Amino acid sequence: MADARSRPSVTDPATVARHAEYWRRNLRYLWALTAVWFLVSYGCGIIFADALNAYRLPGTGLPLGFWFAQQGAIYVFVILIFVYVWLMNRLDREFEVDEGGEA
Amino acid sequence: MTVQAWTFLLVAASFALYIGIAIWSRASSTKDFYVAGTGVSPLANGMATAADWMSAASFISMAGLISFMGYDGSVYLLGWTGGYVLLALMLAPYLRKYGAFTVPDFVGDRYYSRFARIVAVVCAIFVSFTYVAGQMRGVGIVFGRFLEVDVNVGVGIGMAIVFFYAVLGGMKGITYTQVAQYCVLIFAYLVPAIFLSILITGNPVPQLGFGGVEQASGIPLLERIEGLHRELGFASYTNGTKSTLDVFFITAALMVGTAGLPHVIIRFYTVPRVRDARISVGWALLFISLLYTTAPAVAVFARANLINSVQDVPYEQVPEWFTNWEATGLVRFDDANGDGRIQYVGPESSMTNELTVDRDIMVLANPEIANLPGWVIGLVAAGGLAAALSTAAGLLLVISSAVSHDLLKRSFRPDITEKQELLAARAAAGVAVVIAGYFGMNPPGFVAQVVAFAFGLAASSFFPAIILGIFSKRTSREGAILGMILGITFTAGYIVYFNFVRPELNNAGHWWFGISPEGIGTLGMLLNFAVTTVVSYLTPPPPPQVQVLVDLIRVPRGAGQAHELSI
Repeated sequence: MADARSRPSVTDPATVARHAEYWRRNLRYLWALTAVWFLVSYGCGIIFADALNAYRLPGTGLPLGFWFAQQGAIYVFVILIFVYVWLMNRLDREFEVDEGGEA
Repeated sequence: MTVQAWTFLLVAASFALYIGIAIWSRASSTKDFYVAGTGVSPLANGMATAADWMSAASFISMAGLISFMGYDGSVYLLGWTGGYVLLALMLAPYLRKYGAFTVPDFVGDRYYSRFARIVAVVCAIFVSFTYVAGQMRGVGIVFGRFLEVDVNVGVGIGMAIVFFYAVLGGMKGITYTQVAQYCVLIFAYLVPAIFLSILITGNPVPQLGFGGVEQASGIPLLERIEGLHRELGFASYTNGTKSTLDVFFITAALMVGTAGLPHVIIRFYTVPRVRDARISVGWALLFISLLYTTAPAVAVFARANLINSVQDVPYEQVPEWFTNWEATGLVRFDDANGDGRIQYVGPESSMTNELTVDRDIMVLANPEIANLPGWVIGLVAAGGLAAALSTAAGLLLVISSAVSHDLLKRSFRPDITEKQELLAARAAAGVAVVIAGYFGMNPPGFVAQVVAFAFGLAASSFFPAIILGIFSKRTSREGAILGMILGITFTAGYIVYFNFVRPELNNAGHWWFGISPEGIGTLGMLLNFAVTTVVSYLTPPPPPQVQVLVDLIRVPRGAGQAHELSI
């Protein structure tokens, strides 16, 4: 184990409670975003692909399920990560666990 | 200038650039060598990750594969992008906070066990070597086709270049060459795709041309292809033929495997802070998706073009690119009915198919199909080489750091100095390059197949161990070790049985629940999760200092300190 200098005060009850609440909020974001991730890829792109293929992406000849599997889901993935980054940076500041001053 | 001269010029210029970067970014410490001194900007790391990730297979083969598989090809598009969401949400920030040098480093410390570390080292080396052999082969093939050099000479040249910047610069050299390689490969991919899109749909954006109207017929492109497929007896392009369950399992194995591949994970160790690791995954996926959303468009353009330009055309009147590629053996015409015309038809047609087309030609021949100038063809060669070399370098670094850091420094020779460790790392990188080159020149017959399975192996070994290590404090050493061993053994066993022991049984009728060997990694992963969880509850919990460590990696503040606590 390293010396006490580098160990933050994880034994302080207030900090422990704050970190626990931070973690709960983090997990809530995680579940919500993962649910969207699952829905667009495995849901729209695979499980319900055949049903969605009855519809066309407006203005194109693309069956909707096929489009989700080859284009749509990928766009949503990118957006999901940037939403996650935004949410977590905000959460870090709210719970004062951000890395503001340190580089 | 001839095509050959352009190719020589562009390939030589790109190689000179990589060497220049290597000299500029020499590594002077183990921290430089393993994690580029943790000083890489998130944007640069995003580009480097994209190049690291996109291999010769993504660049050369993927669009062609999709072109022939239609909807079934979606497993690659979804599988090789969706894993980045898992990386961003569940792995990258925490592993960056932990601040290790390698993946086995984290596994060994979190599971307080030298044995766990060594299991992880063996998995990492096994996964990386199967992958790297395919990359070196790709380098040789690009050289062979575009520059008419012998494949083995091509592999040799590729080895020399990678040797130079991987041994000299370590992660630091690799990172900045990968940034350059990303720029080369994405430019080389997009230019022909844009011209092809204009040629076929009149729209300069391939992603929009994908849903556009084919100019020649005035019908929406996808409907036109569906019509041709019906007419010629091919399976539907947009519905696919694999079972839904198999598509689900293959996609999951590729996604989770992506998130568990060590050469991808270590890229996120190189940025300064936890928040940089998060955003850098976003940049990486953005840069990757530029190519991955273009590929399915290229696939349909190529499909339409191929059918339109050869089906029922008299052999005497085929386009010039057809004749050029016939010389390489990648296109073969066998006039079965002797009418002098090419019948290109599917399995459900009453006629006999007379044309065999190698899927790789779809990307390689694009510039010629679109009548683009010679420099674009040279650019595609340089792009293919950039894709193969960047991935090879990332994998070689995983192998060398597993040997010098995890086996020597952290397991068997903890007393070596930093200077000796750095020397060992360079030596291990050198040896790994030579072995990879050997496999590239003498590929075991099963390399191509095994590369696809590397994902299943990574999914069933690393992924559960890392996820549970972060999200469950109760996960114990015994659980993780047993889970990794059973997961990878089950997956490898299933793959070996159906591919090498009883290949005649390798069909949906004999697979468990209809899951193909490509998708079995998902089941292996579930097995790993189950075993790890059950065994963890039956064995003593991790010691208190490990629980403190888990608490620390869950909050961003204080990056770079966490791993010092565990020693």
